[in-house]
Amino acid sequence: MSRVAIVGAGYYGFKPQTIDLSFQDLMFESSSRAYASIDPRKDIDAFVDCQEDMWEGIAIADEFAPEPIGGALRPTFTVAGDGLQGIAHAYMMIKSGYFDVVAVESHGKPSEIKTLQDIYRFALDPQYIRPLEPGNPLFYAGLDAVAYIKRNNVKREHLAMVAVKNKNNGLRNERASFSTKITLDEVLDSRFSIYPMSKYEIAPFSDASITFVLSSEENVRKFTDTPVWIDGIGFSTETGSGATQWHEFGRMKSMREASKMAYRVAGLDGNVDKYVDFAEVEDRFSFMEPLTVEEVMLAKEGEAHKMLEKGDFCFNGYKPINPSGGSLSMGVQLEATGLARLLEAYLQLINKAGMHQLKGVSKALVATWRGVPTYSSVVALLSA
Amino acid sequence: MNHSMKEVPGIGLKSSEMYSLIGLLEDRPKARYDFSAGPTVSKFLLGLKEGKILGKKCPRCGRIFVPPRSYCEWCHVATSEWVEVPQTGIIHTAVVSYISAKRQRLEKPEVVGIVRLDVPGYKDKEYEFAGLFHRICIDPKLVVTGEAIGMRVKVRWKPKEERKASILDIECFEPIG
Amino acid sequence: MRPNIFMKDRVAIVGAGITKFMRRSLETPRELAWEAATQALDSAGLTLKDIDCVVTGSAPDTFDGVHFKGEYIADGSGGISKPITRVYVGGGTGVFIPDAGFWHVASGLCKKVLVLGEEKMSPAHPHPQYVFKYIWDPILERPLEPNLIWIFAMEMRRYMTKCGAQKEDIALVSVKNKRNALDHPSALIPANITVEDVLNSELLVWPVNLLDISPVTDGAVALVMTSEDVARKLTDTPVWVDGIGFTLENQHWYNRELSFPRYLNYAARMAYKMAGIERPWKEIDVAEPYDPFDYKELHHIEGLMLARPCEAWKLVKEGYFNRDGELPTSPSGGLLGVGNPIAAAGVMKVAELYWQLRYEAGKRQVKKAVHKAVANAWGDLMQAGTVIVLSN
Repeated sequence: MSRVAIVGAGYYGFKPQTIDLSFQDLMFESSSRAYASIDPRKDIDAFVDCQEDMWEGIAIADEFAPEPIGGALRPTFTVAGDGLQGIAHAYMMIKSGYFDVVAVESHGKPSEIKTLQDIYRFALDPQYIRPLEPGNPLFYAGLDAVAYIKRNNVKREHLAMVAVKNKNNGLRNERASFSTKITLDEVLDSRFSIYPMSKYEIAPFSDASITFVLSSEENVRKFTDTPVWIDGIGFSTETGSGATQWHEFGRMKSMREASKMAYRVAGLDGNVDKYVDFAEVEDRFSFMEPLTVEEVMLAKEGEAHKMLEKGDFCFNGYKPINPSGGSLSMGVQLEATGLARLLEAYLQLINKAGMHQLKGVSKALVATWRGVPTYSSVVALLSA
Repeated sequence: MNHSMKEVPGIGLKSSEMYSLIGLLEDRPKARYDFSAGPTVSKFLLGLKEGKILGKKCPRCGRIFVPPRSYCEWCHVATSEWVEVPQTGIIHTAVVSYISAKRQRLEKPEVVGIVRLDVPGYKDKEYEFAGLFHRICIDPKLVVTGEAIGMRVKVRWKPKEERKASILDIECFEPIG
Repeated sequence: MRPNIFMKDRVAIVGAGITKFMRRSLETPRELAWEAATQALDSAGLTLKDIDCVVTGSAPDTFDGVHFKGEYIADGSGGISKPITRVYVGGGTGVFIPDAGFWHVASGLCKKVLVLGEEKMSPAHPHPQYVFKYIWDPILERPLEPNLIWIFAMEMRRYMTKCGAQKEDIALVSVKNKRNALDHPSALIPANITVEDVLNSELLVWPVNLLDISPVTDGAVALVMTSEDVARKLTDTPVWVDGIGFTLENQHWYNRELSFPRYLNYAARMAYKMAGIERPWKEIDVAEPYDPFDYKELHHIEGLMLARPCEAWKLVKEGYFNRDGELPTSPSGGLLGVGNPIAAAGVMKVAELYWQLRYEAGKRQVKKAVHKAVANAWGDLMQAGTVIVLSN
């Protein structure tokens, strides 16, 4: 069966605020850039948008999806989930043989949500959790972080190291609005926001729209000389957000399942570590980075924080993790967060990452989680 | 399974039963948003404040969009030129509403509809046209008889000092003459 | 989109399950999903362990009063530790979920897929209408305080003007569907009514009266879709998915003609092309056009090319679309009779065709022999058309 490649990508935003543009203007700007060598009205068979109503402030927000991305009166639909889930749909559509070229857009405009905490609260189970009135709905991340560090004997310093690495990596990335030259002591001296993490270890929010164009193998050369192949993709949900008591705290089983599926699709049986040159992974909370690295089997269980300490995950290390600065530097763009990770991996693989370009990389892993209070993850394997 | 079976799962409740359920919780989202209008719709709204209806033209297909958009949805290119369009048109469709947005009975029914504006470039029977959705100040009876459809109308503006760059700066569309 | 000559495996539907459609259900959204999913699995002779992937659908989050609704119902939908996503095209979601299920199987990534639509509209109060307040463009439409029924009434008025139909002609659809629903075990408002009953019911937005509209409903419906080799092992009578189609119009509904559903016509052509159907008005034996309003069934019959534009209302009068007619439509009783739990309602339509094509619909079974069937759903601001073509 035909392989699937990314043949174009575009983005706009990655700023804490974009008051000059409406969310639809953002979508148009990002899709126009993705379609630089593509006519969306002729070349694209279907359009996928990824968004969630309460982030948009519009019920049935998918009404507003088609026009700005060129999908009006064309096959267009919405995945109420992370942008990488949209990529998974596009991948399956092309693999089915019925579609050749599919565009995927996702955006987040958190700067326009005035009551972000309350929107998060509304994602909690109405019967069991909301009556407990958790002051900060992100408390789930704290529970997972504590369970993770206990289980693996990880120290507070290790979590701080993730922040130091990623905040500094971001200094070379023009999309990393929250990068900063920070030292380990500065992180350790700051107060906890959600124990055991300080404000430096929790990604802030930023606005962005990101668009990708995927194509079947037969059509790739029409659009680009530098395709990036999607060798494998997997997605999984551990449990519903109404049943978080069933989640195994301190692990991210959905990430493990998603990576197994991605490896199976890619035809890899073990030794993933050798296959992948670098990875862009989930880090909206600092503990998620080493945990994700273990769950996708790039490190043995209980080893990720040791490798981090050795410098293996640094920009020039053995296995660079989040050379872009990750979400800690670039922010969380709501449902577009997964596409932000994919964007950074894609730009590295086509040698267009700019000042933070890694040398000689041809294979990457992308892993994202949908954020609190969900236990849904997506993992993709890419090659140039 | 044969679907001629009588029993399917599900326990239906009367309103009184539902509201007396043990453990029933009331909750409401405290969801508040600031919606940016973006450069194009902002300018359109400022135009309304001045008593003008502004459209924007697609450089590729030449369509003039009212309400204006930053981009042409049919060509996927940025729209370019601003055009002030006539404030007259015909009623494309209209209805009489007896209920409010929250489904309460209205004391006085209101007529709302779509007005196809006299914007150049669109043919008479074309599927797409430039137009607005708004209140229409006519007798509800005309909607029922069908006389309203196709009727020529023009914008009735709010007094200048009451306009605040909103779609509500237009009070309604009213018959010409 | 292209016809795929390389495709070896067909995609089949091998099971279906449905809950009662209720104005207010005691079950939570997760429990409704679980009940439908369990039944669908039972009917296919499978257990949750056998399922590779799950696709769910549900319309606005605000009805259930939960953000991330897909995640919320994931466990009830059987999505635990499985690849699960929630797809969404407003009211068109119901028929779109099996469309998405189709490529889960056709891609080879999943062999057995659980497809689930759930909706619990009753938690929203004082009335679910209130939720529809938030579907409008926040800047150009919401200040006018529109009611959802407005736009559909406008479309109905336009259809009446263009096609010369009267309210009493259109009311016949409501009469037919509510009568058909008398035989559906899940039905919420089945009834033997007359055209006069429709015309005399509460006037909401002229030309729409209360009985022209489907009711607020809670419910869930599930299907099991598999690859051909799996289907052959499970049943002697699988139902095949021959074609899928979907289209989303522009959001500016007040810049469009409205009397003909172009969005659906495009989607239908896509699905028919894939299914190799050239003359749907002759080749389709039974249809479930989406009927949240009575005029909408007529509109959709025309969009699906089962009748010429402006002709459907005349054919209704002749009984052409009755269960014993030439081309039965909404033999289930449709949304007007069975109920309208938004996303679940569309899946209900596909489930009905599944039962019809297996001759399992009991008293609802249409009189003629059936080979090919089509269902559609519609949503957003009169924008979304989703279509599925099935055969036995």
